[in-house]
Amino acid sequence: MAYKFDFGAIVPHWELLLDGVVLTTELTVIGAIVGVSLGTLGAWARASRAPVISQIVGIYVELIRNTPFLVQLFFIFFGLPALGVKLSEFQAAVLAMIVNLGAYSTEIIRAGILAIPKGQVEAAQSLAMNRVQIFRYVVIRPALKKIWPALSSQIVIVMLGSSVCSQIAAEELTFAANYIQAVNFRAFEVYFVATALYLAMSVLLRWVLKIFGNFLFERRSHV
Amino acid sequence: MSEFTLWDIVYNLLLAARWTVLLSLTAFVLGGIVGLLLLMVRTAGNPWVMRLVRGYVELFQGTPLLMQLFIVFFGLPLIGIDVSPWIAAMLGLTLFTSAFLTEIWRGCVESIGLGQWEASASLGMNFRQQMRYIILPQALRIAVPPTVGFSVQVVKGTAVASIIGFVELTKAGTMITNATYAPFTVYGCVAVMYFLICFPLSLYARHLEGKLRHVAR
Repeated sequence: MAYKFDFGAIVPHWELLLDGVVLTTELTVIGAIVGVSLGTLGAWARASRAPVISQIVGIYVELIRNTPFLVQLFFIFFGLPALGVKLSEFQAAVLAMIVNLGAYSTEIIRAGILAIPKGQVEAAQSLAMNRVQIFRYVVIRPALKKIWPALSSQIVIVMLGSSVCSQIAAEELTFAANYIQAVNFRAFEVYFVATALYLAMSVLLRWVLKIFGNFLFERRSHV
Repeated sequence: MSEFTLWDIVYNLLLAARWTVLLSLTAFVLGGIVGLLLLMVRTAGNPWVMRLVRGYVELFQGTPLLMQLFIVFFGLPLIGIDVSPWIAAMLGLTLFTSAFLTEIWRGCVESIGLGQWEASASLGMNFRQQMRYIILPQALRIAVPPTVGFSVQVVKGTAVASIIGFVELTKAGTMITNATYAPFTVYGCVAVMYFLICFPLSLYARHLEGKLRHVAR
């Protein structure tokens, strides 16, 4: 017996899918903004000459980069309550994404900082700028500009990775898809549509990040 | 009810970790073979085939691995092929791996100078010979570090297979948590085991990269 595809069965549930898309977007936006900020701090710590802090950040980066996101998520959601830290599904999902992206972006941004010519930093020093000023005005912008494509890809990867947050019942797009297929038994159709939505979102996100990068870096080059 | 000691937890996780390793190896080897075939047909130069492979890569890089596994797991039964979680995970991860590897290797092949192609063509070599004797041996050298680096992504990707019910390290962790009510310990151990598998690979990739940079200088 041939299977009859019925994509119409999803139509009554479109609001659920839309809610899922919205929540996935929220997770991604918060995760990206805070995660990249954390990564910038981490990269600064790694590049600074304070050995203890640099090593601690190094361990954090290696721990996160060498374990699956799903396990990090489970550890935060199921494991942390044992230490008295109780988080909602959404909070746990956001925290996991921040911690994950923080580690990757630390490493990416560090590469950008290392690519800044020494002469620029020395020139800034000779202008009597202090370390914060040098980082703020001389180092970070060209560093970010250099690694923006890599950082953008990583943000897209984290957005796609957020689909496993459905496993702690954070109600993002995959969760919505799981719910719908449990109601109408049209698993293939639902997941097909959800996959198409993810694909559209990743194309859109890449585009937005590109525009944002242009806006950020192509303006007046000083300050 | 029996008591779980830390050793019981670790022992059972180690048993499950074998499946993580096996799934990673299978997906990596099969994905490598498929990736190499895709690389060949893409480099051979038919623009339509090139576009098709490009779309294939875009598709797998632009959608979540979890969705890819779901589609394999729920889609294949519809066309009459009954798949176990093991087959679905293996197939899904193989496709996923092949898309990423073919993209990584394409970069390596493209970094070989055009002169090498022209020189070998002027010696009367056909495409197969050019690939076999001129291009691949050179591309291989630069391809090894990023390929080893990507193997870490494959190992981590296998964790997602737990969601379609394949009992590997992460799934075993969930099952043991349900029996012991000690999520902190169990998931801590699970994370440590992934780390022990992945970190040496990461270090090795970095070591190879450093060596290559040294040679290039």
